[in-house]
Amino acid sequence: MQVTMTVNGVEVTREVEPRRLLVHFIREDLRLTGTHWGCDTSNCGVCVVLVDGTPVKSCTMLAASAGGHEVRTVEGLEQSGKLDPIQDAFMEKHGLQCGFCTPGMMLTSRALLDANPDPSEDEIREAISGQICRCTGYSTIVRSVRWAAEQEQKARDGESAAGSTADEGTHETADHETAGATA
Amino acid sequence: MTTTADRPLRVPHKATDEPEGVGSPGERPIGYGSLRRKEDPRFIRGKGRYLDDMLLPGMLHGAVLRSTVAHARLVSIDTTAALAHPKVKAVITGKDLEPLNLAWAPTLSNDVQSVLVTDKVRFQGQEVAFVIAEDAYSARDALELIDVEYDVLPPVINAKKALDPGAPIIRDDLEGRTDNHIFDWESGDKEATEKVFAEADVVVTREVLYPRVHPAPMETCGAIADYEPVDGKLTIYTTTQAPHAHRTVYALVSGIPEHKIRIVSPDIGGGFGNKVGIYPGYVCAVVGSIVTGHPVKWMEDRSENLMSTSFARDYHMHGEIAATRDGKILGLRTDTLADHGAFNGTAQPTKYPAGFFHIFTGSYDLQAAYCKVTGVYTNKAPGGVAYACSFRVTEAAYLVERMVDALAIELDMDPAELRLRNLLKPEQFPYTSKTGWEYDSGEYEKTLRLAMEMAGYDDLRREQAEKRERGELMGIGLSFFTETVGAGPRKHMDILGLGMADGAELRVHPTGKAVVRLSVQTQGQGHETTFAQIVAEELGIPPEDIEVVHGDTDQTPYGLGTYGSRSTPVSGAAVAVVTRKVRDKARLIAGAMLEAPPEDLEWEKGRWFVKGDPDKSKTIAEIAMAAHGTVALPEGVEANLEAMTTYDPPNLTYPYGAYICVVDIDGGTGQVKVRRFVAVDDCGTRINPMIIEGQVHGGLTDGVGMALMEIIDFDEEGNCLGGSFMDYLIPTAMEVPAWETGHTVTPSPHHPIGAKGIGESATVGSPAAVVNAIIDALRPLGVDDIDMPCTPSRVWHTMADAIARSSAKSGAGTAGGDGEDASAPKQAGASGSAQSGSAQQAGIQTGEGGGADPDDAG
Ligand code: FES
Ligand code: FES
Repeated sequence: MQVTMTVNGVEVTREVEPRRLLVHFIREDLRLTGTHWGCDTSNCGVCVVLVDGTPVKSCTMLAASAGGHEVRTVEGLEQSGKLDPIQDAFMEKHGLQCGFCTPGMMLTSRALLDANPDPSEDEIREAISGQICRCTGYSTIVRSVRWAAEQEQKARDGESAAGSTADEGTHETADHETAGATA
Repeated sequence: MTTTADRPLRVPHKATDEPEGVGSPGERPIGYGSLRRKEDPRFIRGKGRYLDDMLLPGMLHGAVLRSTVAHARLVSIDTTAALAHPKVKAVITGKDLEPLNLAWAPTLSNDVQSVLVTDKVRFQGQEVAFVIAEDAYSARDALELIDVEYDVLPPVINAKKALDPGAPIIRDDLEGRTDNHIFDWESGDKEATEKVFAEADVVVTREVLYPRVHPAPMETCGAIADYEPVDGKLTIYTTTQAPHAHRTVYALVSGIPEHKIRIVSPDIGGGFGNKVGIYPGYVCAVVGSIVTGHPVKWMEDRSENLMSTSFARDYHMHGEIAATRDGKILGLRTDTLADHGAFNGTAQPTKYPAGFFHIFTGSYDLQAAYCKVTGVYTNKAPGGVAYACSFRVTEAAYLVERMVDALAIELDMDPAELRLRNLLKPEQFPYTSKTGWEYDSGEYEKTLRLAMEMAGYDDLRREQAEKRERGELMGIGLSFFTETVGAGPRKHMDILGLGMADGAELRVHPTGKAVVRLSVQTQGQGHETTFAQIVAEELGIPPEDIEVVHGDTDQTPYGLGTYGSRSTPVSGAAVAVVTRKVRDKARLIAGAMLEAPPEDLEWEKGRWFVKGDPDKSKTIAEIAMAAHGTVALPEGVEANLEAMTTYDPPNLTYPYGAYICVVDIDGGTGQVKVRRFVAVDDCGTRINPMIIEGQVHGGLTDGVGMALMEIIDFDEEGNCLGGSFMDYLIPTAMEVPAWETGHTVTPSPHHPIGAKGIGESATVGSPAAVVNAIIDALRPLGVDDIDMPCTPSRVWHTMADAIARSSAKSGAGTAGGDGEDASAPKQAGASGSAQSGSAQQAGIQTGEGGGADPDDAG
């Protein structure tokens, strides 16, 4: 069957098997491999994309059901060479290690910030609670989302245009530890 | 060009409680310090390149048919219908592999493992056949067209029954096998320990189970094999933590010469030990590529990952601790049963069949210790060393830290106080333990005191006392662990005969930029950043000017790979040493350039200068250009600026830490809430504190997961009950607290930069803190023991049993309800005893609303 949808702002039409999962459609038919696949039971969330702005586990949706909808994947976060603040934030606050859960985490965070520009720690945890990260222990993801929220607030306040600069080299970041004593 | 003159050479490491803020780019460290990761720009764009992202021209897809039963003789396999599928290219069975001598392959513990079954299946999920098709969906479809007939045999599931006379023999493939015994292994002094126990005031005993768990990285395991028949070259792209070791094993197994094999490990979505071994699917992909003439990809799904690849732990530990009445620990003893599954596939140094479990004396100064471990086969998946365990230090640390708390209960002593009385003292280092380990350095008390200060230990105890008055269940749990990592000295440690050393190669290009090549393989730990920082620290060129190459055996020097927290202790040392070699060579060249004897030159990060005349100097970039140019070089000095080394560690390193966990338990449901977790780690010299903190956070989450929810369990028939993420629960952001971390720094004296490694510390150290906290919370009910995972159901039943016991003790007559239900918390709560009074106040109840036995799903 034929399916047409908008992916990262571009309309795509493809012939698909009716049973084809959206995650495989995105990864294999469109070759957008930033969306990952991590389980068979819709528990892990590494496959999360935004469908009409809402986080959806793309392993739980048929490609056919996405017909007529707007899909946004991690590849669509960066716009005209400008990183989304959430991307910058994950680098700044060490919100990722192996990077496998990261696209899904960033997209859910993006959707959260769009709906709630100043989320509390609990709201952030709740928002990403359908997704598993095996590496970070979540604290740094929470910090990343908070940092992005603050950058976006600053940008809105016009205080500074900080956030998604092209300079993503190796910045110094502050030690995140709660306390420390160095011998 | 960025030169070192553009910015300060080193920003001193900041230890601050301020999690926000970015240093200005002018403060980027050239060397150690928190630094954004070099690998992140690709990951945050979705441009990481993981195995399943790879598409080779003409690539086919493989799928594995797996056994539905745990133990059965194979009667027949009919592949006719599968082969008739229009998109299927080949179906491979054990019969096809036999003539190639590939039906069985060596494991990492000198056992053999079935690749595709020939005689009988030995665990549920075992590999039976391999289908190769044009696409992954068709390969899966064809699996359902294969007909397998089994003659089902009784399985051995309970490890404690594996050695019973008359138990079914699992490994009848092995010549002369009459039982399921794998090994007996011991360490320490048995007689001396017996004497200490005989004379001790107090002996406490516990049965401590470390259940079977699974590393479950978010990316599962897989391989793409690409055999090129014309030049006989086999390239295997695969999720491996140890590319070089894999190459050697493939060469030994397949007969393809080693120089014709190339292993490429792309970006890896987490490993945790799961990606050390070679799985049957990989071998099948290789055979598939040779047979079909196309590249063949095999990528397992989550259930395959959980059911068939390397599990972890499964140690049944009988622990005993001996002490004086006033709390001096004298001895430790354990008799442990190790369930290795159907094939002995643990990845550990050959001499150590129980890994480094004999570091079970932990952080304490004892008079004697003895451990005995017996390994057995069962009808379960093989594996055993995985999930960030540092070769079984996880089990060891859990055992000793549970035993110390059990002793504290027996002595009615504060567990922090008991530890403080018994921790090794700084002046005892280097310390040789009673089981032969040589601990390199430590200031244990300082670390524990910092953790207690951060946690506000005394205030927590006060809060707990108040809550107990009100019947609320709050617990505070400690653990103090010592790790042994960085295997190892090659004279003592090898895997399949390969000595555990690692190579590094550094080339400084003419323009002063550099490339460093490693034998280890990152799975998210940030090697591309950390190793660049080591070179930067030693050579004074900025990390962004240093490319780190790893994960390709054609491009990197030989070494045993990343597991057991060995990358920084071994490979990090190799990188420091090779950089110093380059620096020494640069000195000779600088001497020639400055017309000064090399011994008159002094090093300052980034340049050699003439002693007493600092303006006369040459930077590394200037020296590099000269080395590649036409400057007359001193006698014996070759052109160019590069070096190679292989590092053979003189000893292991011993990171350690003090952890404090605070839990609140819902008396009505048994639900445990980890409210706070304070972790103070000492990993010696800290290269990138941001990355270290991240490693600790991840390990703490593993620890909470294992303590509260993770388990691979089986029913009596050997059906795996943890085969999906619906059943194998992993903490989400809702189950873990905001981690509180701190550190002390006690460098390793024998390591070139003093670094000890951190990757697995938190996984090793944290489970005991959580379980100790749970027991501490339940003390008022009379609970003094519980096994992991502490699911709501288990906690609830533990409470109910304790209450029933105390009611029975205080006289059944006082029980409020009918005797039948004496174990139910409501009735026990109605009794007059103090314990059950607390239970009642704690909200433990049955009846409407609270009556149902809470499910594990919480
Ligand atoms: S792949 Fe795991 S939830 Fe979609
Ligand atoms: S960064 Fe590895 S799973 Fe989240």
